[in-house]
Amino acid sequence: MSKQSDTAASAEPFTTVIGLEVHVQLLTQTKLFCGCSTKFGAPPNTQVCPTCLGLPGSLPVMNRRAFELAVRAALALNCQIAGFTKWDRKNYFYPDLPKGYQISQYDLPFSSDGWLEVVDPKGAFSRKVGIIRVHLEEDAGKSMHDEAAGTGDTRIDLNRAGTPLCEIVSQPDLRSPQEARAWLNELKLLLVYLGVSDCNMQEGSLRVDANVNLHIPLASEGRVAKTPIVEIKNMNSFRSVERALTYEAARQWEEWQATKVEMGKMPKQTRGWDDPAGITRPQRQKEESSDYRYFPEPDLVPVTVSEADVAAAKAAMGTPPTVLRTELESRWAISAYDADVLVNQGRDLVDYFEDLARRVGEGKVASNWMQQDVLRTLNERGGTIAEFPVRPEHVADIIGRVQKGDFDTSRGREIFAEVLSSSKAVADVVAAMGIAAVSDDDLVALCRELIEANPKIVADVKGGKEQAAAGLIGQAKKKNPNANPGKVRQMCLDLIKGM
Amino acid sequence: MALTRQDVAKVGLLARLALSGDDVDRMTGELSKIVGFVSQLEELDTADVAPLAHPLDSQNVFRADEPTPSLSTAAALQSSPRHDDSCFLVPAVLGETGAA
Amino acid sequence: MQPLELSATDIVTAIRRGELSAVQVAEAFLDRIAKANGSINAFLHVDRDGALARAADIDARRKAGKPLGALAGLPVAVKDALCTIDQPTTCASKMLAGYRPPYDAHVVTRLREADAVLVGKTNMDEFAMGGSNENSAFGAVHNPWDLSRAPGGSSGGSAACVAADMAPVAIGSDTGGSIRQPAGLCGITGLKPTYGRISRRGLVAFASSLDQIGPMTRSAADCALLMETIAGHDPGDSTSIPGDVPAYTSLLDKPLTGLRIGRVAEHFGPGLDPEVAHGVEEAFAAFKAAGATIHDVELPHAKYGIATYYLVAPCEASSNLARYDGAHYGHRAEPGKGHRAESGKGSASDFGAFESPLVEMYCRSRAEGFGPEVKRRIMLGTYALSAGYYDAFYAKALRVRRLIRQDYLDAFQQVDLIGGPVSPTPAFKLGEKTSDPLAMYLVDMYTVGTNLAGIGGISFPCGFTKGGLPIGFQLQGPALSEPLLLRAADRYQQLTDWHRRRPTLAT
Repeated sequence: MSKQSDTAASAEPFTTVIGLEVHVQLLTQTKLFCGCSTKFGAPPNTQVCPTCLGLPGSLPVMNRRAFELAVRAALALNCQIAGFTKWDRKNYFYPDLPKGYQISQYDLPFSSDGWLEVVDPKGAFSRKVGIIRVHLEEDAGKSMHDEAAGTGDTRIDLNRAGTPLCEIVSQPDLRSPQEARAWLNELKLLLVYLGVSDCNMQEGSLRVDANVNLHIPLASEGRVAKTPIVEIKNMNSFRSVERALTYEAARQWEEWQATKVEMGKMPKQTRGWDDPAGITRPQRQKEESSDYRYFPEPDLVPVTVSEADVAAAKAAMGTPPTVLRTELESRWAISAYDADVLVNQGRDLVDYFEDLARRVGEGKVASNWMQQDVLRTLNERGGTIAEFPVRPEHVADIIGRVQKGDFDTSRGREIFAEVLSSSKAVADVVAAMGIAAVSDDDLVALCRELIEANPKIVADVKGGKEQAAAGLIGQAKKKNPNANPGKVRQMCLDLIKGM
Repeated sequence: MALTRQDVAKVGLLARLALSGDDVDRMTGELSKIVGFVSQLEELDTADVAPLAHPLDSQNVFRADEPTPSLSTAAALQSSPRHDDSCFLVPAVLGETGAA
Repeated sequence: MQPLELSATDIVTAIRRGELSAVQVAEAFLDRIAKANGSINAFLHVDRDGALARAADIDARRKAGKPLGALAGLPVAVKDALCTIDQPTTCASKMLAGYRPPYDAHVVTRLREADAVLVGKTNMDEFAMGGSNENSAFGAVHNPWDLSRAPGGSSGGSAACVAADMAPVAIGSDTGGSIRQPAGLCGITGLKPTYGRISRRGLVAFASSLDQIGPMTRSAADCALLMETIAGHDPGDSTSIPGDVPAYTSLLDKPLTGLRIGRVAEHFGPGLDPEVAHGVEEAFAAFKAAGATIHDVELPHAKYGIATYYLVAPCEASSNLARYDGAHYGHRAEPGKGHRAESGKGSASDFGAFESPLVEMYCRSRAEGFGPEVKRRIMLGTYALSAGYYDAFYAKALRVRRLIRQDYLDAFQQVDLIGGPVSPTPAFKLGEKTSDPLAMYLVDMYTVGTNLAGIGGISFPCGFTKGGLPIGFQLQGPALSEPLLLRAADRYQQLTDWHRRRPTLAT
């Protein structure tokens, strides 16, 4: 793999080795095997039918859109698409799994062997992470237990049961909690760009489990010791993932120092992340819990995918963020950093930017306004770029007037703020604020007035201190707020030199 | 091919069937006999034979991603042994996990 | 006109012509059920009021000149493994006692749309697991030809109710012989169509890759009539075969001249009752007389059929029946007996305390809800799929399954159909085989191959023993050969009258 850097963990006497298992909910209208809605937030057990309730006699039929989106995700992750794939039953008892088995994929997943690279824009790391497999499976329902109520009943809502999920399993290629978080951000960005998933963690449409252990070089023995792998669950944000991995690496280091127990000497452990406490805790493992008795799902038929199908899916895939970053850089002559910031905000924001850049006729100034004004304001007020009241035509109008010299950038910002709050046209705001272009005659008169009133500044400038002219500009602004400071400065200097 | 009582008890837990000691005794005998019978397949050389999980040769059966009516909550819960207004109720599952 | 004596085809015609009203027909069969079911126990549920209301509606629509469905007014009994929204669906299990599905099986919907009159739900082996109908949680079915004998299974109630004139036709399901074997033991005609020909949606699953619904009637012609309604593609079943369904009833008349029927020598080996062997040979002779030719064929792996079947079916069943855990529907054990399994007099070391109230609820609900045979098969299937045994058992069985199917494909290169016995013995005594599960499994020896290969088979009576018990003949045909299977059986029934015989019931 290209230009890997293990520097992120170099300060520590070990390397943190991380693999991630990500479940994303596919953006379908209906569930994987039935026509029930997948919309989030419905009252419990209102989006259920015989199939997703697992009632006797019910049968699954595969959602074509779900399969297509899954293939799109796999292609975006550079995976090989299997020509033949099938589904299997994973058998276990749990009340959120009404059939007593989950329809998943075992030995013939529809895709495998891909990668996704994450490059830190500040150059801290660059990591090409292998993807072991991507497969398509159904989600379980939701168990709700009122902890305060103690030993009462657990309530089961099966609205989520049967929701289509893509399971993405990475190689253990990540080398720090920061990398893991950055990689997840990149993965999320990719899947959202391609319309595969909304990746909303709050609504459960993206979930992450992590496998982590430490590789500890033992110089004296000439080998590398590996700590037992721990699977971490219950992380509900990317920040939690980073924190949990950081905690777990430290915990494993302490444990290693105390016990020197290596991988293989104890079974893989599962620990749950307790976010408020900031620690991982061991989770109970049932003795027989890993015996899922997979076998081919006899209620479904296999799916075959031809080369032509794959080509068509690629063609329909859309532009992934990595490609878009490069495209923006070359198309609009903006920096890699700027392109990264824009692309990371999502497809709609990029469209907004490109609309603006086209209107303005160049990328750099459009990018500056995006980052300093549009993005900053958007972050402050929240909401999406689609709902943002200042549209590209407004910003382009303001930039055009600044470039014409009607007013300076800071005045332009005031106009931007006014358009934002009033939703009026730029011309109306300009008029309402009494901003009129100052004629050259008026400007000359104003500058003469200032020169006469400030002999000391004139003397300083004549003495070679051109920066003293700044004092004049401040006064000009007070006398006529519409006077362009740049023009005032130049004219004053010209007049003083001619004295 | 004989199963032990431990085998039977373990399978009983996997299958979530409470078995009394008598059940385990009886099943150990019966299952051993049946497993012995089906083990006659061992005499066939099937090294070059691919498994046939399903008699149909069909592939690529899909449905459109179009919503169909769901059941009412009342209909969904109508046969539930225990439920409240909107949910199935089961004994507490505190601290237990299903699968990945 | 006495409805009980008419064929299904004649009943439908008589109602259409106004010679009989649908209510008259329904009443005749419902009265017969009221008289005979007490001794036979073929029905678990009889919907007298619903059936009569339905029949009255059909009569009213006929009088008003409105269009009627293809089966208008025909009483139909449905195996209790098919979901019905207006009648309980129990699979003859305590687990589902009183269970009411919120939807109709696809076949039930088709029957209703064809204006058939559903008279009730028939008894069966629990979850269709059994060959004698003695595994019903609601009591065994008695064979109408001899009430001390089993009707066969698992569709024993469907077979017995047709044999005893409680319904002109019934719906059964066949996973390893569950239509054909009881049809044979009860002297009726039963068709197991090609896998996928009839939608399984709403059929409570036993073994999904083997299950198939089919008609159980008094004649092949009546099977053909029913098939025209219940067969065909259902987009709600991924394993349903697409495409149009032949007009089965119009394809019956062609003579059998030139038909090649295969005869498998092993079918006549040890274990076959001599009277059954004689009846089956007579049937071959009759087919020959009708213009068919008889050829020896081999099914070299057929002898492994039972072993293969008793791995594949229990494995799938162990998963299909996992949903019956007391959580969302069906039987749930009462809490409060503590967290310890009943250890009986065996070693208590096998049983720790249940690890949680939830696990206890699962284990006890399932222990209480399932009968012994169902538990046995769940245990067997769970074992055969579990870590370390999958390859030796399940995967091995799937490899042999391919060999068995290949045998059929090869044989059907030489012959059009394969004939033979449907069951090694005529109806056996109730209780005769219940103590030996393995002996019971062997009653399926001639039928499981059809299911493993996913092809079609039909069973019909070809004689009687000296003791007056029916003898069944089975024809198996390639995938989608139902028109030929039905035609061959119908031609045979044009030449013989075994299928017209009726038991005399002391009622």
